[in-house]
Amino acid sequence: MTQIKANMAGNVWKIVVSKGDTVTEDQDVVILESMKMEIPIAADEEGIVKELSVNEGDFVNEGDVLVIIE
Amino acid sequence: MSYVEQLTEKVDTIKKGGKEKYHKNNQERGKLFVRERLNLLFDKGLDIEDAFFANCMDDELPSDGVVTGIGEMNGQKVCVMANDSTVKAGSWGKRTVEKIIRIQETALKLELPMLYLVDSAGARITDQIEMFPGRRGAGRIFHNQIKLSGRVPQICLLFGPSAAGGAYIPAFCDIVIMVKGNASMYLGSPRMAEKVIGEKVTLEEMGGAKMHCAVSGCGDVLAKTEEEAIEFARNYLTYFPANFRSKPKKAAVPAQKAFHKTIKDIIPANQNTPFDMKELIDQIIDTNSFCEIKKLFAPEIITGLSRIEGGVVGIIASQPRQKGSVLFPDSADKAAKFIQLCDAFNIPLLFLMDVPGFMIGTKVESQGIIRHGAKMLASMSEATVPKISVIVRKAYGAGLYAMAGPAFEPDAVLALPTAQIAVMGPEAAVNAVYANKIASLEGEERQRFIKEKQEEYRDDIDVYRLASEMVVDQIVEPDQLRVELGKRFKAYESKNVEFTKRKHGVLPV
Repeated sequence: MTQIKANMAGNVWKIVVSKGDTVTEDQDVVILESMKMEIPIAADEEGIVKELSVNEGDFVNEGDVLVIIE
Repeated sequence: MSYVEQLTEKVDTIKKGGKEKYHKNNQERGKLFVRERLNLLFDKGLDIEDAFFANCMDDELPSDGVVTGIGEMNGQKVCVMANDSTVKAGSWGKRTVEKIIRIQETALKLELPMLYLVDSAGARITDQIEMFPGRRGAGRIFHNQIKLSGRVPQICLLFGPSAAGGAYIPAFCDIVIMVKGNASMYLGSPRMAEKVIGEKVTLEEMGGAKMHCAVSGCGDVLAKTEEEAIEFARNYLTYFPANFRSKPKKAAVPAQKAFHKTIKDIIPANQNTPFDMKELIDQIIDTNSFCEIKKLFAPEIITGLSRIEGGVVGIIASQPRQKGSVLFPDSADKAAKFIQLCDAFNIPLLFLMDVPGFMIGTKVESQGIIRHGAKMLASMSEATVPKISVIVRKAYGAGLYAMAGPAFEPDAVLALPTAQIAVMGPEAAVNAVYANKIASLEGEERQRFIKEKQEEYRDDIDVYRLASEMVVDQIVEPDQLRVELGKRFKAYESKNVEFTKRKHGVLPV
């Protein structure tokens, strides 16, 4: 199980995967919006999306868990 | 036995290093014997060895656990010290320290690069009075490193531990190449941490190669094997002159490879959409000439050595693919050291800007982002090598300043047609200027107003307007950027300026 975390503070702009999806390493899973920029957050490793820990529009801090993959 | 036979026998014994069981331990961990490492590092092995017989009256301590001497890397003479971990775990005795100090003094006299092949448990506590506190104790090694810094390149290859005081050897090098799984740096071991402060951690968490290369920033390059680390060091040194008095050698220009995309295709028109700056770098430098430094640390800024038309160029580039290329305390530190490294050894600098500015918020303010950012500005500003800044897309706020904006005496500020320079982006600016007005409007009227003001703002910061005001020196067709840079770096080769006269500035650390 791997937690994919926000690497900086911002708002969750788009969640681009769904529960049960298979993701590959370096595939974007969530796009944050911070400092007026789109911040893609990619999976560190391959896996299946087990849980989406945030909703679109949520504010997240650096280090908050976004998605859990297995 | 004749005298000669006696000598040969002694030499053979010492050359073998420590006991067989320690050689075996090393093999099991993928570690090479110190003399094999030196054979791989140098073109034709170690040419000159000093104090080979150090501590030879003690059979247990061949060469006192360190090999020092001079060898050639791609034809360049360099000085080296290399710990032998088969001898008392590479620990430092009195003669070990003296040998290291002497080879550093040789590097200083001959103005040759200094390499440190570190694999050492630290001080031999039993010898502490002789090797720790005195004038020629271990402290002198660091004093010498600090004196050598900026005079000659200093490279650390970390193959094993560098513990406690020993951890300062990598800290004072220009670059630290760490071997994954085996290399570690820490002031206190996990065992000591548990005893003294009650913290329970693994060695990897405490000071492993991956942690240092990705999180602490004490490591620069993470290598999978010792061979890979050595190969990296050999290649890295080809970008450097032997010392600060000379310039890096030019290389032959290889045939440019073909690309599927043009630079125009790489850069999205929307300022907020990420792209991979490495694709752009690839197109403007000589094929396969990129030697990235600190790839895993603060990846929102890219730092690396390259060649353009055969000449060495240090690149500092925003990476919008990571954290929107916003500058953080770590990104500023990373850039500051890299700029100093290049400037010290006469390597021209290229800044590729697509930067929305420095990060804001309580987290970074409490980390001291202002003083960290100031370090980047200071080292960039003091650099007197040829400097070219290219505004690839946006250059907002202090981001413009940190990335060698017009006020910091770059030799040229070039802009691509996609460039936008402003205190802040259109969205943030309109919100700031018209906050009350926007609050008083509703629905469609509000949206229309915001859009209209943003358009006005965009026109105001239009790149042609900035070129007309001579903020930028040239607007370059993206696919002509390589040619333009080649011509300009060539033209600026004879630059010869002194930043200012003084003892030294006060670093905003």
